[in-house]
Amino acid sequence: MNALAGSNATLSARATPRGNADGVRLRVEQASYAYAATERSAPKFTLGPVSLEGRERELIAILGPNASGKSTLLKLLAGVLKPLSGRVEVDGEEVSELEARTRAQRIALVAQESELLFPLRVWEYVLQGRYPYGKRLRFESDEDCLLAGNALAQVGADALRDRWMDQLSGGEKQRVILARALAQQPSLLLLDEPTQHLDIGGKVELLRRLRKLADEHRYTVVVVTHELNLAAEFSDRIALMHNGKCIRIGSPAEVYDREALQQVFEAPLEVEMRSSGRPRVILGGTQ
Amino acid sequence: MTLARIVWICAALAAILFVEGVVSLQIGAYHMSARDIVVTLFQGAAGRWDEMPGDFKSVIFGLRLPRIALGILVGAALSTAGAGFQALLRNPLADPYVLGVSSGAALGTILSMILTPHTAGAMQAAAFVGAFATVAVVYFLGRRGGQLDSATLLLAGIVAASFLSAVIMFLMTTVSGRDLRGMAFWLMGDLQSDPRVDLRWLYFLLIVGIGCIFTTSSDLNLILTGEQEARHLGVNVNRVKLVVYISASLLTGLAVSVSGAIGYVGLLVPHVMRMLFGTDYRLLIPTSAIGGAIAIVLADTLARTVVAPSELPVGAMTAIAGAPVFIYLMRRRMR
Repeated sequence: MNALAGSNATLSARATPRGNADGVRLRVEQASYAYAATERSAPKFTLGPVSLEGRERELIAILGPNASGKSTLLKLLAGVLKPLSGRVEVDGEEVSELEARTRAQRIALVAQESELLFPLRVWEYVLQGRYPYGKRLRFESDEDCLLAGNALAQVGADALRDRWMDQLSGGEKQRVILARALAQQPSLLLLDEPTQHLDIGGKVELLRRLRKLADEHRYTVVVVTHELNLAAEFSDRIALMHNGKCIRIGSPAEVYDREALQQVFEAPLEVEMRSSGRPRVILGGTQ
Repeated sequence: MTLARIVWICAALAAILFVEGVVSLQIGAYHMSARDIVVTLFQGAAGRWDEMPGDFKSVIFGLRLPRIALGILVGAALSTAGAGFQALLRNPLADPYVLGVSSGAALGTILSMILTPHTAGAMQAAAFVGAFATVAVVYFLGRRGGQLDSATLLLAGIVAASFLSAVIMFLMTTVSGRDLRGMAFWLMGDLQSDPRVDLRWLYFLLIVGIGCIFTTSSDLNLILTGEQEARHLGVNVNRVKLVVYISASLLTGLAVSVSGAIGYVGLLVPHVMRMLFGTDYRLLIPTSAIGGAIAIVLADTLARTVVAPSELPVGAMTAIAGAPVFIYLMRRRMR
């Protein structure tokens, strides 16, 4: 039990393996993808090639308008899609080559929607995050329960553990979904538009929590979002997508260029630099 | 969820099934006390056939017990298949009867009755092929835009069931009057055991089918949250689908080949078990199997007694109880 108690404080991302002394966890090299109706028809949508890196404790935001390729890029990072060219590596291994359960131990993907068919309690839902570590029938061990409990604690949802999933508010549900992802003990945490159904308070709270998880628990977090100002406030780096291409990548101050944002989002946007060194986007005057 | 919890709950349900079985064995024209029945059962289990009265032996082991054993088999098979289909198709209204799978199995069985009436095991094999082919067609028709759509799936099942029923009707016009009556009674769900059928083989296949679905139960728990999410968590969704489709078709084929198309058990029992014990498939699969057995033995006992000395088809009893529950579940889902 003492050994388990020891792990109480250590529900964190896996340590970066040896050989990655530079702390790079996620490496995307010239990765591209194309959707086509059939194998022989011309592609309906093409992504890339995209290159980017993600380090320990880093929060990366993928920004762009609808149909710019954000979610496709996220699926490449998650190993759901295999790149047509280039490579996507996590902890030095090609993601699409990993066996499904090994991949689930390294990468957790929080999808846009999670629709349950039958009522489920929060505790049962979070325990599902331990699936990649179990044996055949996967009866939960003491360690699984401890780690699932820690995951709930990390997102401030201990009090919700006996509640039914379908009775949670949008913000509470998002925290529980995040807790299940943390229970996977991934090194890479991917979130596909997690703020979509949240009010402004919930959005700020979620981004603040993700920032804290990256800082204190060494996760590499990649978030797909439409929230320009929240991304500027909380992320280390931003990848700006447009028409299937990553047109800019860098710190928020480097990426938030008035002309680039206006071109991508087709809206009169202005950028002002705050004293913190982080930019803020406001709607420009319409004439 | 722990193994001990599963064992305890299943043991309690098995005890209920045993008591129900003893009560059911008592009912009939030849009266026997509960004590006589229990003693005779234990003597039979110990192989002490010489020690029991001849009447007891023929009434219990010749008439009543085979019928109860068949009921247990059919109930367990249909309920487990229903629970499997509900998870796999992500549809709480799915069951072998509603999806038309039972009708597919019935068509296979009737074809086998007409074409190969004397071939051992042919009915079971034909029922399995009919069930599997129907699942494949309904699954294909139930997709919309590459995704499985609940309403489309149900419609596809209803269309498949009515089409297959029409084909069965057509085939039945080709058989003689005496055979026709037997087939019609069998179609409505009948537990009169056929002496040519070896129950041991059927039980072996039942255990294989339930066992295969049980081994995927923790995967099914995740598939309930969506196929994509299950994949992200490391589930080999394609393998699970294949195992459950084949096993559920085998179980449906098995049940239909010996008892006709008994409806609603596969729908009703898993829902009752969910209400009682929760949605975890590691517990739901075994409890549905035993619960299904309890439901069919109860339905058959009522079918034999409510209009005694005549009797109703057991399928009629399950439909009387199941149809209102189906409507209730459908309306609750629509809200």
